[in-house]
Amino acid sequence: MTRGRTELRFCALVLIALSFSVFAEDMPWNDIVAKARGQAVNFNAWAGDEKTNAFIAWVGTEVGQRYGIKLRQVKLRDTAEAVTRVVAEKAAGRDALGTVDLIWLNGPNFLALKAEHLLYGPFSAKLPNYRYVDTTHIRSNVVDFTIPLDGFASPWRRAQIVFVYDGARISDVPHSMAQLLAWAKRHPGRTTHPSVRNFLGATFLKQALYELAPDAQQLQEPATDANFAVQTAPLWVWYEQLRPLLWRHGEQFPDNGPAQRQLVNDGEIDMMISFSPAEAAVAQAAEQLPSSVRTVVFDGGTIGNTSFVAIPYNAAHKEGAMVVANFLLEPSTQARAQDYREMGAYTVLDVDALPHADRALFDALPRHPALPTSAELRTPLPEPHPSWMTGIAAQWERRYTK
Amino acid sequence: MTAPRGAGIVGLFPALTVAAFLLPIVAGLAGTLLPAFGYLPAIGGNALGLDPWRRLIAYPGIATSVITSLSTGFAATLASLALAVAFCAIAHGRSWARRIGGFVAPVLSTPHAAIAIGVAFLIAPSGWIARAISPWLTEWTLPPDVATIGHRSGWPLVLCLVAKETPYLVLMMIGALHQVPARGHVMIARSLGYSSAEAWLKIVLPQIYPQIRLPIFAVLAFSLSVVDVALILGPGNPPPLAVLALRWFSDADIGYYFPAAAAASLQLLLVVFAIVAWRLAEPIVTSVARVWIVRGVRRGMATVSARAGFIVAIALFAGSIFAIAGMALWSIADAWRFPSALPTTWTLGNWSRELASLRAPVSATLLLATAATLIALVLALGCLENETRARHHIGTRALWLLYLPLLVPQIAFLFGTQVLLVKTGIDGTLAAVVWAHLVFVLPYVFLSLADPWRSLDSRYARTAASLGASPSRIFFRIRLPLLLGPVLIACAIGFAVSVGQYLPTVFAGNGRIATLTTDAVTLAGGADRRVIGTYALLQALLPMLVYVAAVTVPACRFARR
Repeated sequence: MTRGRTELRFCALVLIALSFSVFAEDMPWNDIVAKARGQAVNFNAWAGDEKTNAFIAWVGTEVGQRYGIKLRQVKLRDTAEAVTRVVAEKAAGRDALGTVDLIWLNGPNFLALKAEHLLYGPFSAKLPNYRYVDTTHIRSNVVDFTIPLDGFASPWRRAQIVFVYDGARISDVPHSMAQLLAWAKRHPGRTTHPSVRNFLGATFLKQALYELAPDAQQLQEPATDANFAVQTAPLWVWYEQLRPLLWRHGEQFPDNGPAQRQLVNDGEIDMMISFSPAEAAVAQAAEQLPSSVRTVVFDGGTIGNTSFVAIPYNAAHKEGAMVVANFLLEPSTQARAQDYREMGAYTVLDVDALPHADRALFDALPRHPALPTSAELRTPLPEPHPSWMTGIAAQWERRYTK
Repeated sequence: MTAPRGAGIVGLFPALTVAAFLLPIVAGLAGTLLPAFGYLPAIGGNALGLDPWRRLIAYPGIATSVITSLSTGFAATLASLALAVAFCAIAHGRSWARRIGGFVAPVLSTPHAAIAIGVAFLIAPSGWIARAISPWLTEWTLPPDVATIGHRSGWPLVLCLVAKETPYLVLMMIGALHQVPARGHVMIARSLGYSSAEAWLKIVLPQIYPQIRLPIFAVLAFSLSVVDVALILGPGNPPPLAVLALRWFSDADIGYYFPAAAAASLQLLLVVFAIVAWRLAEPIVTSVARVWIVRGVRRGMATVSARAGFIVAIALFAGSIFAIAGMALWSIADAWRFPSALPTTWTLGNWSRELASLRAPVSATLLLATAATLIALVLALGCLENETRARHHIGTRALWLLYLPLLVPQIAFLFGTQVLLVKTGIDGTLAAVVWAHLVFVLPYVFLSLADPWRSLDSRYARTAASLGASPSRIFFRIRLPLLLGPVLIACAIGFAVSVGQYLPTVFAGNGRIATLTTDAVTLAGGADRRVIGTYALLQALLPMLVYVAAVTVPACRFARR
């Protein structure tokens, strides 16, 4: 009799424990906010851009005051470092109390974590501000490099390819990758692209692939040996001609976007690819580029993507991380992020659908001669499947690393 | 006298010290070698095999990587040694030579990364040198399209290493000179018609060479496997082997751990090969040199070459100072574009803007350096005191042991150490990083303290003992106060070594502990030079301030007596 009672009590305990864990998954937002108070959130973010670092620092102050969260930016040279860390923790058996709470990522890094089931979620729909996200016009907010997000990451900023040039030095501005080659023939050594190991360098080749591939629609499918060879053949013909005309005869490349920008500022090159439509304006405001610099968007449209924040499966401070992700989607945060004097990252929200007061924040944003208009930007082209990027990068390495 | 009574706790110090820095190295090496042969069960490597090596060899640029590592490593070591020898040959016996330690301190104590960042700006085609001579001399209105930084040959990397390692070898040679009656030998040789420089090269150098062999090997090992300087100045496609290993270790695809471990192991092999090759070449060089010495030529090319080397060494030294100065200017520049020789507008805004983000790395840097230095000091003092009480010095083999952390490439054992730290759950803590720093701080603190400690006149202690003072009283009231100067200098050196650590901080800190050096290397990847300037300048300033304090405190203290 007593034994039966004990068993019963044990079962009850198990049930309570189970329901509690279910409860934790489905916690109402207010409880998440309450639980987040006092948490120290490790935000792993690429730190190569001071404007973004400063913006994250500002976010830290805000969430500290509003929600009692201590936000710390773990500064990364490369987002892959954070992926490695989560993988290493998984390998060491640290399935709880992980040290990475939030990662700024997209593309291959997101795919790597999602495919290995190393992400917490789905969580984005739980964020109250998620309802403002433009999920209809901007496909990249819900499909990242052809991979559906399924709620495992929350958008926070958008990127789209533009080209930045020094208007004081060049007047014959190219409007396509084919024209860029002709331009480089007239001005050898005056443009480059970041190292292909860097996402922006790989993106340069992807943009060219879009313009040169016999059937660009194929790029939405995973690359196979057969279609890869066919679709990339014209790209390599074009690049073989372009490479010797690049800065340093195409034998050296800047490590990343900011290093490339420094080259424009130093007068070493006249034209560069950028993934941020506001880069020219942002950099001029910070004296990082001459005031003669302008922006051009290629005629056939350019690749655009969204970058996200995601929470590792073993994060110690998931609630704090979610509150930060939600704060990043706040219309006032997004408007501040888009202000070229702050960060110049285009919003992921559907501005037209925002409440009037919030829309006014965006209408009031300052203008700048180096900022492209939305008409010029048009609808961004979707990112190809990640296999194209890895394929191109590997192929490039085989051809040009000697 | 047999083993002293009451050695007690002091007797434990040697074992403790050896454990403190050997454990991470030995365990770390194992942790790197196993995955190099495919064994790392945590990420699915269960069987031993050669697959990681096959993948390493299949990398398209692997041969170039290895050749770059070898050529830059040997070139940097040979050039540093040649310049240091030339410098010492010319400087010998001059009145200012005695204060040389004070002169070279700023370059010696500045982290490699800070100098590399400064050198990058000096030698870029749009850099400071080009700006200073354009357009009035060169007629360049735009920077020329020629490769300097990242040149395939790796010469900028060699240049920076030579600028940094030459003063180190000079100091090591001056230290070794104390053990040789150099003055008298040079005087005799001069009376036989040799110039002072010839006399130094032919008579003094052969005598001190055995004592600077280990420091030379340390320079060789370091130059072959340096990561931070190579990231900033070295070629990138393909990079030197150590950088390639680091790149793979931090790849998103964890499968790259295996070839990365193989690359790190190959790096170890390269260093072993280089040291053995150097050692084998020594007798050959010696026999050639002997012919030259015996021939007895006076006023030959030697003096001229030494003078040329001396001038190059001074020029490099000035270059290092300009490298730091350039970064200091950037930190207060607003706009500074090619071809302006100086900033066109100035501001203090960089500092006020960066203040908030500098706070964390500065305090981490200070905390780590202080902790690692103090622990190293306690261990070194404990060992030396034990040595004094037991009355026997550590032998040559133990000296090799001390040099081990400076000889084994960092990349070869830090990865394995990281796996261990993660397993024990202390990765990314300050304690783990302090420990990693300690491995490198300890040898320097010990080596800089050992000579003054051992040469202290033992009669002080004997007199005190005869007056009834206990061993610990003698230590605290006699030896320590008498050796205050060397102790503080050792601290300054330890501090500088800790501030400069890049790879140990990255691995043991698991990326979560950022110091000025790790942030500076990250930023050097492309951030605004004005921001990099603030980091590089602070990196240079902190160790220098500590050094100045270490020199002035005892001076003031003794002046008051």
